[in-house]
Amino acid sequence: MDVNTLLNTIEISHILFLGFAALCVVAAFNVILQRNPIYSALALIIVLCAMAALFLTLYAPFIAAIQVLVYAGAIMVLFIFVIMLLNVREEESKTDHQKYLKFLAVPFFLAMLGEVFAVIKTVGAPPASANPPGTVESIANGMFTNYVLPFEAASVLILMAIVGSMLLARRESAADTDLIEQALNAANQATPVIETIEEEVAA
Amino acid sequence: MVPLSWYLALSAVLFTIGVVGVIIQRNIISLFMCIELMLNAVNLTLVAFSRFFGDVTGQLFVFIVMTVAAAEAAVGLAIIISLFRSRETINVDEADLLKL
Repeated sequence: MDVNTLLNTIEISHILFLGFAALCVVAAFNVILQRNPIYSALALIIVLCAMAALFLTLYAPFIAAIQVLVYAGAIMVLFIFVIMLLNVREEESKTDHQKYLKFLAVPFFLAMLGEVFAVIKTVGAPPASANPPGTVESIANGMFTNYVLPFEAASVLILMAIVGSMLLARRESAADTDLIEQALNAANQATPVIETIEEEVAA
Repeated sequence: MVPLSWYLALSAVLFTIGVVGVIIQRNIISLFMCIELMLNAVNLTLVAFSRFFGDVTGQLFVFIVMTVAAAEAAVGLAIIISLFRSRETINVDEADLLKL
C-alpha cells in the first residue's frame, strides 16, 4: 500500500476523533493522578471540553453546547469555588488505611477494561443513521411531548437540590438553637397532656 | 465516518479511569470529580447510540443525566462544606464513623 492510498483511506473525522479522544484520555489520567484538587478540576474542564467536541462530531450540537455551558461552566465553577473556599493544605497521608487499594487499582483497571472490550466486541456495530438527530427542534419535540414527565421530574429534582444544599451548607445560628430548644420544651410539656388524653380515650 | 465501536471504546476507557480514580483518591473533592468523569463517559455512549440509531431519545436522556449531575454536585459540595466544618478534613479515611 503506497502512501497515496493510505492517505485516501484516512478521513478527517478519524483524525478529529483520535485527536480529541487522546486529549480526553490524557486529561482524565491527569484528573485521577494529581494530588492537588485544583489541578484535577482544571484537567476535568479539559476532558469536558474535548468531550463537547466529540459530541459535535456525533452531530449533537445542542448537547455539545449545554456540555460547555452547564458542565464546564456551572458545575466546574462550583467545584473550584468549593476547593478555594475550603483552602485545604497538601493532603497528609499519615492515616492512609487503604494503601493496598492502590496496588489493586492497576489489575482492576486492566480487568474491567478487558471485560468492557469483550462486551463491545459482541455488540454488532450498526451503520450510521442517514438522518442524525440532535437539532434543538428535534430535542424540544421529544422533550415536551413524549418525555414531558421526566422533564418535570428533573425540575422537581433541581428544586430539591437547591433547598437541600442551602439547608446543608448554612451555619446554625444561636436563634435557630433557641427555636429548637423552645420546640423541644413545648413538646416535653405537651407529652403528659397527650398521655392523659389518651388514657381518657382508652377509658 | 468513525465507527460506533470507537466511541464505545473511548467511553469504556474513560469510565474505567473514573472507577480507578475513585479507588486511588482519598480526597473527597477528587472523588466527586471522578464520579463526574464516569457520568460523562456514559453520556458519550448515549450520544453515540443516539447518532447511530437515528433516535433522539439518547440525547434527551443525556439532558436528564446532566440535570442529575448538577443536583448531585450542588448537594454533594454542600455536604463536603458541612463535613469540613465539623471535622476539619476532606480525607474520606477520616470520616468513617459508620464503619465497623
